[in-house]
Amino acid sequence: MMKQLICMKVGSLKRCLMVLILSLVAFQGYANEAVPVAEDPELENRLNNLAENLRCLVCQNETLAASRADFANDMRREIREQMHMNKSDEEIVDFLVARYGDFILFNPPFKSITWLLWFGPFTLLLGGGAALIFYLRRRRIQIKEKDVPLTENQRLQAESLIKEMNKDQSI
Amino acid sequence: MMRFLLPLAVFIILVVFLGIGLTLNPRQVPSPLIDKPAPVFHLQQLYDSSKTLSSKDNLGKVWMLNVWASWCVACRDEHPVLVELSKLGIVPIYGLNYKDQRDTAMQWLRQYGNPYETSIVDADGKVGINYGVYGVPETYVIDKQGIIRYKHIGPVTVESLKEKILPLIKELKS
Repeated sequence: MMKQLICMKVGSLKRCLMVLILSLVAFQGYANEAVPVAEDPELENRLNNLAENLRCLVCQNETLAASRADFANDMRREIREQMHMNKSDEEIVDFLVARYGDFILFNPPFKSITWLLWFGPFTLLLGGGAALIFYLRRRRIQIKEKDVPLTENQRLQAESLIKEMNKDQSI
Repeated sequence: MMRFLLPLAVFIILVVFLGIGLTLNPRQVPSPLIDKPAPVFHLQQLYDSSKTLSSKDNLGKVWMLNVWASWCVACRDEHPVLVELSKLGIVPIYGLNYKDQRDTAMQWLRQYGNPYETSIVDADGKVGINYGVYGVPETYVIDKQGIIRYKHIGPVTVESLKEKILPLIKELKS
């Protein structure tokens, strides 16, 4: 009804077609977003908690829980099936890591090749802090060492500069 | 002098790391299956569902497993390369028809040519998960002992064949 009205108002075949096509596309979008209703809310809850920490490899910054990509659907189905087979969360994660690698985990595991990842920032922070302390200490010593009284000449020069400045300000 | 050299050295190291990070392709996730036994499968063949192929059938030869689907656009790009490769007769290519419809898959092969010794049907993508498939097309090189030696993610190109895949196959065959 709506579509017919729009078509009559616009009166152009092209626009009418466009509206039709767009409305079809919109419906397809709806069709894709329909999520299968959970049969077992407890298991679905467990699935979501686990999938929150797993990466969808297709849309890489999304979790398997959030993603609506086909890949994520398949993975959730796989995890669901394994949960039905009474596998523990660790077993399921191990299963996925064996096939897709550590990249599927949002929390990189702690092992020799990830030491740089875990310790790198702290090493940089400590290094930077140490360098800063070292520099400040050295500067303080240098300032102390240079802390010698002015010679008569320098004092007169400084005084005349101050006087000149005051004069400038009074004008 | 040291005052400038040390921060400069740290800076250069950082730049090198960031440079490496920026030039890596995030889509190329290294597979943990390299140098591991190829996951076992036992699947129906595409053209004759009464026949099956299992991963054991290919023990003793170097072969390629190409994951493809008729709905996969990038597969169309790589397909001519595979067709040409199959004509050379260097290495048998087996197709894993991934989450596809039988009739559209066969229609697709009729249209673009069939480089495969045979294609096997992975309708629900289960075998795909075992192989760590996340983006079609993907291609595996498997050796005589049934060990995965190489995984190519994305369309196989003439360059990747020349630089990586064919030299590796030559080495594995000898």
